[in-house]
Amino acid sequence: MGSIILHLAARYLMPLLLVFSVFLLIRGHNEIGGGFVGGLVAAAAFILYAIANNVQEARRILRVHPRALIASGLLVALSSGLVGWLTGKPFMTGLWLKDPLPVIGKIGTPLMFDVGVYLVVVGVTLLIIFTLAEE
Amino acid sequence: MNIEVLYFLALAMISLGLVLAFIRLVRGPSLPDRVVAIDLVVALAIGIIASYAILFDQPAFLDVAIIIALISFLGTIAFAYYIERRV
Repeated sequence: MGSIILHLAARYLMPLLLVFSVFLLIRGHNEIGGGFVGGLVAAAAFILYAIANNVQEARRILRVHPRALIASGLLVALSSGLVGWLTGKPFMTGLWLKDPLPVIGKIGTPLMFDVGVYLVVVGVTLLIIFTLAEE
Repeated sequence: MNIEVLYFLALAMISLGLVLAFIRLVRGPSLPDRVVAIDLVVALAIGIIASYAILFDQPAFLDVAIIIALISFLGTIAFAYYIERRV
């Protein structure tokens, strides 16, 4: 597909989708959103890039293999549970920092768990779609 | 006249449009007709979500409309890619 409209649209839509996915991820704890939706939107950005160019190009722009994203996401989610354990509370206790950060808001282990979910969802979706598209 | 009546009127008209688009989706003689009908259904769904969000003062629903607007573009392109490759 050598359409110039599609190329330009993908170039402008992809950053928009990625920013929106991060917005959904960060807002997720108190309002609508969360790691799962954010991950799906981020995956859609890469799929749009893969359709506009090709799958090899999308793999190159992702830098890492989707499998590495799944593994690191699971690791982040697990370590968010271990934080509570190490401070003497039960496993997976939600801990929050006292002072909220300027833009992001309050940071704590639930947000860390959501980041893990985000990475896993991006990895799984891209692994499935890239494998199907390359056949 | 109350302003809310206008939103209900808009919702009714969009629903009528949805029914007509679905008729085209079912009857559409060729695949491109159906793809255009799906695109229209998505656009009307965005309209319904926006009207509903204004009517019941739920700004969070507008995010759903934004996501659908960004993704439906992707869906239509994927269909176009499929049709082009099949011919």
